[in-house]
Amino acid sequence: MKKFTKLTSAVVPLNIENIDTDQIIPARFLKATTREGFGENLFRDWRYNSDNTPKPEFVMNNPTYSGQILVAGKNFGCGSSREHAAWAIQDAGFDVVISSFFADIFKGNALNNGLLPIQVSEDFLKQIFTAVENNPEITLTVDLENQTVAIEGKVLPSGEDLGGAENFEINAYKKSCLINGYDDIDFILAQKDLIEEFEKG
Amino acid sequence: MQSPPLLGGLGGAKMSKTLVEKIWDAHVVKSEEGFPDILYIDTHLIHEVTSPQAFDGLRKRGLPVFRPQQTVATADHNVPTLNQLLPIKEELSRYQVDMLTKNCAEFGIELYGLGHPFQGIVHVIGPELGITLPGKTMVCGDSHTSTHGAFGAIAFGIGTSQVEQVFATQCLLQSKPKTMKIEVNGELGKGVCAKDIILYIIAQISAAGGTGYFIEYAGSAIESLSMEARMTICNMSIEMGARGGLIAPDQITFDYIKGRKFAPAGQDWDKALVYWKTLYSDADAKFDSVLTFDAADIAPMITYGTNPGMGMGIQENIPATTAQPEKEQLSYQKALDYMGFDDDASLIGKPVDYVFIGSCTNSRIEDLREVADFVKDKRKADNVTVWIVPGSKQVEQQAKNEGLDKIFEAAGFQLREPGCSACLGMNEDKIPAGKYCVSTSNRNFEGRQGQNARTLLASPLTAAAAAVTGVITDVRELLEKVEG
Ligand code: SF4
Repeated sequence: MKKFTKLTSAVVPLNIENIDTDQIIPARFLKATTREGFGENLFRDWRYNSDNTPKPEFVMNNPTYSGQILVAGKNFGCGSSREHAAWAIQDAGFDVVISSFFADIFKGNALNNGLLPIQVSEDFLKQIFTAVENNPEITLTVDLENQTVAIEGKVLPSGEDLGGAENFEINAYKKSCLINGYDDIDFILAQKDLIEEFEKG
Repeated sequence: MQSPPLLGGLGGAKMSKTLVEKIWDAHVVKSEEGFPDILYIDTHLIHEVTSPQAFDGLRKRGLPVFRPQQTVATADHNVPTLNQLLPIKEELSRYQVDMLTKNCAEFGIELYGLGHPFQGIVHVIGPELGITLPGKTMVCGDSHTSTHGAFGAIAFGIGTSQVEQVFATQCLLQSKPKTMKIEVNGELGKGVCAKDIILYIIAQISAAGGTGYFIEYAGSAIESLSMEARMTICNMSIEMGARGGLIAPDQITFDYIKGRKFAPAGQDWDKALVYWKTLYSDADAKFDSVLTFDAADIAPMITYGTNPGMGMGIQENIPATTAQPEKEQLSYQKALDYMGFDDDASLIGKPVDYVFIGSCTNSRIEDLREVADFVKDKRKADNVTVWIVPGSKQVEQQAKNEGLDKIFEAAGFQLREPGCSACLGMNEDKIPAGKYCVSTSNRNFEGRQGQNARTLLASPLTAAAAAVTGVITDVRELLEKVEG
């Protein structure tokens, strides 16, 4: 699994709530039997018209926005258990997704692939959206070791500081998996004896 | 297939526990502070879409499937619902189904594939074969695995990395979920189905209202439901974000299981029954959250938006955008625009183009009987295409044995072969762009049933009423006419 420690990057803002996995990767693209190549179909029906021409109004088609951090509205990743959603986001070049709320299965899938889901407060999420709206070039710094995410303080023409930072929660075990690039299978396999013992009852 | 390990007693049961806790604790291989539990999985169900990358992972690690006899496979998501015995036309679908066949052969897994008399939607075949049993832990790379909770099992959906984990170890790393009890008491009105109960609950608590919880459904209205109706309820637990949902097993559960293909029999049955009867939440068990609803408040439901929480009683008007929390207004308006609906509009009388009766939510024999009973001597409206897609080969066969196929044919409803079909439009069964489909499935997300298709979720009865009238209809009015 891919390791993650620290990242500073510009962000791609997607200020929509309840983004479900059918939007992230529509079912008709789930026919591949490998993990690669899903990125080009990420948000397919929001990103492209049915004749495959890009929809200019969609944020991923707007050259103003780029970066390895996707910021989205509340309840991101609801719906199906398809891990293809996490693969697609990663394959499209993102390492972090920030929202004020994640659906359980999506969050687990992301963590199992080294894609870091960061849950922030509603207020901080709003602050990020406002900051990007005002200045698409702001960056966020995500520090997994210290569990912080910070808006790098760029200043508005009005003089207002857009900076801010917040701590985020992450399960200690999952954190060490990400930092070291281990996955759950490595962890459980090491305890096979216990499993066999359990089966004997 | 072997029967599940009967995990002896409940370890003295010194503290009162919820049903979830009882089953969970009986399956913990290891619990260590600061780590998720290692949870033993009794049964692993797989299908063609979320398994290939997991099999690949095993190959890369050089591992076998640890307990192939506790794994059951079927092909459902991708399969055609007409002429299933012909080679699948669509190349990628065919390849995925072929991969499943190849993988199951290589790793020694039983496959109920196309042409097999047990083939069907994974969540329909588990219960009907007696594979789904009280007290089990069950997983599948599919979020509607919660369906199996209707039997008093801990059943939940997992991602492909976890499918690989279960292949390799028959275990999962999982943190113990929080528990929520949802009680529905009282009697349901005429024309109100299990589907309406769950759509009502989701509309009340929102599409994220159950996140982080395992839900136990209880109360007199739930207890009076048949097993198949209970499955409809548990099926949609995920639509409020819950990890899963379950119902304590009772005599209705035991009667349903007895005699099924892989259900325990003879002495094993007696032994199992003793254990199953301990599976309930203790009277003073503590839930993290408790919600109570009155069945009498529930009307036939319909959704008007693009998540299952956007539902209302069929006689109600679509809630105004301005009545939504400010932050949510943009998303709400976007949903209504997609559906082509206005604030405050009523949906009654709105023409529909398609009616889809199927999916793991409502494709069992009782659903088909209910629909047949209603449409007998009626005919579909000319403007509507009606697809009935049974949940399994066994359901299809039974429908034919009971002559339901004749009723459907006379009504102009097309009875197809089993699969997920228009629930997610991965095969050819897609709703065309812009068209309205009243669907008994579980998700009304944008594009779920086909690019730009517009889905209105409802019960089989409400769907059948729309099929017959060609417009959104309060089924109670038609039921009254018959009786009046
Ligand atoms: S019927 Fe629909 S919800 Fe059920 S398993 Fe198939 S695709 Fe998933």
